[in-house]
Formats: sequence, structure tokens, C-alpha cells
Amino acid sequence: MEFLYYPGCTLSTTAKILDKQARSIAAALDLSFTEIENWQCCGATFPLNADEIAPKLAAVRALIQARNQNKPLVTLCAACHHVMKQVNHQAKNDADFRTAITSYDADLFYAGEATVLHFMEVLRDYVGFDALRDLLEYPLKGRKIGAYYGCMLLRPSDVMGFDDAENPQIFEEYIRALGAVPVSYPMRNECCGGYRAPEDALGCANLVERIAKSAAGRGAETLITACPLCLYQMVEHSGGAVDVCYFTEILAEALGVDDDDDDSND
Amino acid sequence: MTRVIIKRIGVFVCHCGSNIKATVDTAAVVDAIQSDASVVHAAEYPYFCAEGGQQSIINAVHAHALDAVVVCACSPRMHEATFRKAATRAGLNPYFVEIANIREQNSWVHKNKEAATQKAVQLARAAIAKVKRAVPLFPGESAVTKRALVIGGGIAGIQSALDIAEAGFEVVLVERTPSIGGKMAQLDKTFPTLDCAACILTPKMVEAATHEHIVLHTYTEVEKVAGYVGNFSVTLRKRARNVDMQKCTGCGDCYAACPVKRIPNEFECGLSNRAAIYVPFAQAVPNVPVIDRERCAYFRSGKCGRCAEVCQPGAVNFTQEDEILTIECGIIVVATGYQLLSPDMFGELSYHDSADVITSLELERFMNAAGPTGGKLLRPSDKQVPRRVTFVQCVGSRDTTRGKPYCSKICCMYTAKHAIAIKEKYPDSDVEIFYIDVRTPGKNFDEFYRRAVEAYGVRYIKGQIGKVVTTGDKLHLQAVDMLEGRRYNTTTDLLVLATAIEPARGAKTLAQMLNTATDTNGFFSEAHPKLRPVESATAGVFLSGACHGPKDIPETVAQASAAAAKAIGVLVKPKLVTNPCIAQVNETQCNGCTICNAVCPYLALSRDGERGCTTVNAALCQGCGGCAAACPSGAVDLLGFSHAQIHAEVDALCLQPTTHANAAPIKHTNNAHGGTTDD
Repeated sequence: MEFLYYPGCTLSTTAKILDKQARSIAAALDLSFTEIENWQCCGATFPLNADEIAPKLAAVRALIQARNQNKPLVTLCAACHHVMKQVNHQAKNDADFRTAITSYDADLFYAGEATVLHFMEVLRDYVGFDALRDLLEYPLKGRKIGAYYGCMLLRPSDVMGFDDAENPQIFEEYIRALGAVPVSYPMRNECCGGYRAPEDALGCANLVERIAKSAAGRGAETLITACPLCLYQMVEHSGGAVDVCYFTEILAEALGVDDDDDDSND
Repeated sequence: MTRVIIKRIGVFVCHCGSNIKATVDTAAVVDAIQSDASVVHAAEYPYFCAEGGQQSIINAVHAHALDAVVVCACSPRMHEATFRKAATRAGLNPYFVEIANIREQNSWVHKNKEAATQKAVQLARAAIAKVKRAVPLFPGESAVTKRALVIGGGIAGIQSALDIAEAGFEVVLVERTPSIGGKMAQLDKTFPTLDCAACILTPKMVEAATHEHIVLHTYTEVEKVAGYVGNFSVTLRKRARNVDMQKCTGCGDCYAACPVKRIPNEFECGLSNRAAIYVPFAQAVPNVPVIDRERCAYFRSGKCGRCAEVCQPGAVNFTQEDEILTIECGIIVVATGYQLLSPDMFGELSYHDSADVITSLELERFMNAAGPTGGKLLRPSDKQVPRRVTFVQCVGSRDTTRGKPYCSKICCMYTAKHAIAIKEKYPDSDVEIFYIDVRTPGKNFDEFYRRAVEAYGVRYIKGQIGKVVTTGDKLHLQAVDMLEGRRYNTTTDLLVLATAIEPARGAKTLAQMLNTATDTNGFFSEAHPKLRPVESATAGVFLSGACHGPKDIPETVAQASAAAAKAIGVLVKPKLVTNPCIAQVNETQCNGCTICNAVCPYLALSRDGERGCTTVNAALCQGCGGCAAACPSGAVDLLGFSHAQIHAEVDALCLQPTTHANAAPIKHTNNAHGGTTDD
């Protein structure tokens, strides 16, 4: 199966390890990932002002490539994923937006024809968790792992179509497929404070502490996340209540493709 | 059918006060239609529907030897029957009356008087053309089986069954679960009087079971419905109880002996366990256990049979099989009730995550002296009395994104009831209720709610809960207080969810079997929202209780009795008059292709094997005309709306020259009258 891959800025800088693990996993699972040409930063936020068109054009350009090549567009970073799906949805459903992007650049004709997938959705829908279980070299037997979804993967749920925003299960099923014990905890879909970090570090610290305590209180030893911002916040503010890593790390480990001795996140 | 040549037509143009006259020049209509040679009399009058108006029509029939009548007035749905009766009194066949609707389809929707007048003339001409080709029609008769079938043994079904039985008719009462009683049997107290639900329900259950005219079939489901009003034939599957109803004494030795004990008890909302042989609750009617075959060790492995060993009268019978019964009945009452929407789809409320988040029905069981805790309110997690109890109303009600668009109607009142009951039992406890709006219309209802606030100090917070997080033994709530416009974070010990009401499982399938409609939410539809609220659109099928929409007990009982009254109205008739406007097959034209058989929603058409053409079951046909439209060879006619009549109407509308060559085009605008007759 062939996919177009949109790494995004963070995976080229502070979250290189996420990019590296994903590529190793893709290779091990026979998923062909072609990095999209001349990709630009997604903007990291989806502007909610109706007339803010320019920040969405980078996403539109990536989506047009996916449409033209007739391959699903795969993302890993929760923020990139969020922006891509939101822009795709808007292009599909908002005629004014389609007119506006063409007004910016006459070459940009786009009506939401591409498919945007998160890497986790590729694992679930194209590889299959059952098939994945059979491919493991080193199942994570007995490990207690909690999923930290954050907010951007799930909401708005009708646009993301990722999972039930209030009681998601996809990461738990993934953890179970890897042989570990998923630890469900109530705060797993709460916001880490993310974009508020520069202005309100204390507020963010409180949020993150509650999330980490909620997970640790239910017995989670490790938290996995798909979001570089969530990971940063967790590392900064959780006070070591629980280990945090990217969701790809545990799969790389279970598949035996984490041959790199560099286990830092940069 | 005798063909009567219609030559002398009277046309009667009604003013309907100013309803028609303000927009239509009725005198001009009278003038215009007299150009038709068959119209030997034309008149106008302020209200033809009034006694004087009807008499003037009768007089005109006699004076002018009319053989048909056209009334230009309101919709035939309003007064067609009135004018047909008047025609009958004048000695005409009632089907020689045609209505031209110049009110709802003309004066009410147009403003231009000239154009509306012209349209009235055209509509009158179409009606004249149609009535010229009318044939006399005569209603038929069909017999009535003097027996009622009531589907559902909750309070609605019990009440309808008792009322019909009291009128002297035999009733078959069918209930899917092992006992009658329904949801009401699970309740603790009832609002607004706080009388005990079981105390007022159980006598009725016993009465229904022992009534000389009621035959009770529990653990029984409807499999198939055939027939029509007066003559239904219903197939029931009476599931095997594996306990002989006649021999069983209800002693209870069997379930005490059963080794399979850890099955969640459905009646107790899974809050306590039952055995594989069980009665759902102590006051069950009939008080005869059933064996849950899927859980029973004997049925699973063939090893056990302890219940049979201890049963003194030898009532346990492992070889019993399902029984198929056919019930002939004249009417059917649907009383299938409701169920609660699962709170699982509202993940933020953590029903899936915490034992201390419960539904209102579960709370009923905790508060009930016969419930799993003997009436003590104990938190499921630690069996302690909660110091604070928080309620959330409208979980899934009035929620167009994840729940139901409608108000579930009873939650405001039962939540106030729960709050009062908790404060009565545990005066030191603290009760908080999150609501969107408090809706308490009903006799003594608002007073009851105010009492919760003023006499019991229950705190009502307008707002919703966005997140419930369990930490230790506390539930942390992230909520919003909309009146104060602030975030409201608090903790509680027990959270009770008033989840939305939805139609009972299987309601849709039953509606299909009964050939009757359900609304967008799956509730059974009434025939008319104001004027026929307890009848379904299918003749002889009546609606009782919450199968028709969320209802409290008083309203359910009122509707149950109303449905019974309507049902008795059918059962007392010696014969039923059938509508003569039904399909008729011209056998010389029918080639037996059966396309019409497939389109008939009432299963009234079938192919006669001997003659090779379609025949109509006059009793089943409802006169919808689908077959007449579908027949490729034009062999099917709808009596009263024959092809000849419809074509004549269309020709009259399309081929006649307009009276005013340069008349302005008719504008379709809503005028001040607005609305439709159905409002």
C-alpha cells in the first residue's frame, strides 16, 4: 500500500525520533511512505476566523498533491493531522472557502477529494491490529501503558472521525494488540494546555499534573502520545509521575526495529 | 356497477364567511360555471356546512331534479362527509358529491382576487367534469371478531386490557418478559404524590391476571400479524418457560437450589444477581419461574437438573418447547412502552468508568425497599451512604448531536422526586441538580418541584457537566453554571444520570408487522396529532402509553383508557362499514403481471391462480390508489377516483380556455390566513 507522507516541521526538528520510528515501522510493515514534495508548515493551528485563508494554503497544497497522486495523505503529528483534516473538511463542505483559495492562487482548485489519515488509522485500518499482533517480535507483556490522546486528534469529532471524543478506544486497542495492558484513566482526552505554554506556564503545569496523576493513579507506568506538544508539556510538568513517549516507540520496540541507541527525543 | 348518466348538476359555492369570499368573487364563479350545459342550478351561500346551507342543497336537489352535486368549499377532509350525508338525505347516492377545494388550495394561499376567482372557476369545472363520470358506490360490510389483543404488559397494556375486559370483551394480553408490570414495577415512588409504585400497580397486575375475560401470555412475543380491522390473525411465540404453569406453586425452592447464581438481574438493572431459573421480582405475575436456557447448566452441558430434583410438584420440564399460538382478534392495542438510552455514548459523564455514576432507574432500585440494598442508598463502589448526590438531567434529551432531539418529559419530575426522597431518607445529605430547563407542567407538578427547592433545599444549577473524573472515592465534576456565567468545579459522591427515553427494542419491527407508521424517533405515529391521538394510521390498531412518545404514569393511564374506549367502539359494532373507494380490477384487461401486488402496502392484492388475474381483498384495501397508478395496462381503477374521472378533471383544467385572456399569473404567496387545515 502506498501513502504520501507529510512529516511537518516538528518531526524535522524537535520530534525527529517520531519521524524516524514511523519510517522504520512503515518499512517493517511494507507500507510505502513517500515524503510529499516541497511541503510547507501546516501552521499548527486551524484558524477559526472565516476570512483567514492564507494560513490554510500550505495544507491545501499538500492535499492537492495527495489528490493528484491518488494516495492517502498520512500524518503523525497531532497538530498537522488536525489542520489537514479540518482544511480538507472545509474544502469539501464550504463553497466560499473553495472560491477564496482559488482567488489567492488560480492554480489552487481543491474540493476535499483527498483522504487524510493519521498513522494510527493506517495501523488500524490498513494493517489491522490483529495482523499487527502476529508480526510482533517482542510483545510488551505485562507492561501497563496509558494512552494520552490530548485534544487535537479527537475534536471536533465529526470532522476528525478518529474516535468517540469522550471515550476513545483506538489507542487502548493498539496497546492491547502490542501485548501490553491498556490503562484507561478519565483525563486521557484532556488538553495539556499546549498553546498556552508561553503565556501561562503555571496553568499548564496544573493541567498536566492532573493528567499525569490521573494516569499514575490508575497504575499507568508509561504514557504514549501522538502529539509533540503534549509530549513536551508532559516532560516539562508531570514531575516524573509517569514516563512519556511517542506511540511509535512501543511499536518499534515490539517489532524490534528500535535499533537506535539514541533514545532522546531530539 | 350501474352507470347513471349525469345530466343535471347543481353547483354550490360557499363563502365560508369571509374565508373564501374575501379572495374569490363567488358571484362571478356562479355566473361562469353556468355556461356548462349540465349545470342546471348554481347558488352561493355564506356557510353551506351549516344546517341551513345543507337544507338549501337538499331543497335544490328536489326543486331542480339534480342527479349530482358539486360543492365549492373547504378541503374534502373537512366536510366531504357532511355533504355526502346531505346528499343521502336528498335521495342521491353519496358518491355523486364532488368537492372543489377553493379554500385551502385557493383563497387561503392567494392574494390576487381576480386570479383566485379564475382558479376557483377552473377547480369547479374540474369537479363538474369528474362528477359527470361518477358511478354510484355502496359501502360493504365486514364482521368483527369480538376479541382484543394487547401487546405489552406494562401499566399501559394492563390498563387498556382491564378497560376492554370490563366492557365484556375477551382480551389477550401479551408480554415479552416473564412477568407483567413493566417499568412501573421497577419504580420506588411516583410523583407528585409519592405513593408507592408497587402498592398501586400490583393490585392491577393481579386483577389483569385473574380477570375472567383476560387471557395472559407472558414470555411471549408477536411473530406475525395478518388481516385487517375486525379480522386480525396474530401469530404468537410463547417461549418455553421450562416450568409447568399449572403445576408450579411458586415456592421458590428451584431458584434457591440453582447453582448458577451470578447472572445480572435485568429487573434490578444488573445491580444484583439472579439464578438461571428465576422469577424477575417477588411480586411477579405470574409467580412462575422461567429457565434462562443460555445460562442454565442443564441446557449448556446436560449436567445439573438440581431445580427439577428439588421441585416437589414436578413442575420443571426440560423438554418443553416454544409454542406457536394464533390469535384471532378484532383490534390490536400497542403498549410496548420505552427503554432508556444507554449513557455509554456520553463518555464525559464516565458511566463506563465509575460504579458511582448510575442511571435514574438504577437509583429507583437502590431507593426501593425490595431492591438490592433493601432501600438503603449505598454507593456501588464502597457501600457507603453518599454525603452528596448530584443529578444530571437531559442526558441525551434535547441533544441533536449525540442524543434525541425531543424532551423526554418525565425526567424533571422524577429527578425532583429522587431529590426529595433522598432528603427525606437522609436529611443531612446534600443534593444538587444540573438542568437545562425545568419543565413541570401537570397537575400539582410545579408545586412539587418548588417544594424540592424551598422545603428541602435542593440546589438547582442551570448548566451541564463537561467532564467527570474519578479520583479516590470522589467524583470530580467540571461543569458550568450558566446563570452565574462561570465554570463550576465541584465534587460529589454519587452521580445520577437522567437518560433520554427511547422506544422499546423491537418497536420498529412490530410497527412493520402491523403495517403502521413510526415517527423519525421510532415512536408509533398517531393518525392525527390533535384529533385522533390514540389511533394509529392503520384501522383497528390503537396506541397506548409510551410506545407513542415519552409519558408519565397519569398520562399513560389516561391514554390507555382512551385507546381502550376507541377499541371498544370497534368491538361493539355488529358489522364494520367498509370504504367503497377501493381498487377494482378489470379482468379483461389484467394480464396477471402482479406489479400491483408488489406495490400494495396493505397486502390486499393477490393473483388468482385459476383466472390468472389479480383480485382485490375488499376488506384489506385502503384505497390508496398505488395499484391503479402502477398497472401498466390500466386494468386497475380506484373506485371514486377512476382513470376516466381523473382524466376528465385534468382535461377540464388543461384544455379549457382561460376566462380572462390577459389575467395576471397566479402568485403563490402566503397570506394572513397562513397555515394548513392540519394545524
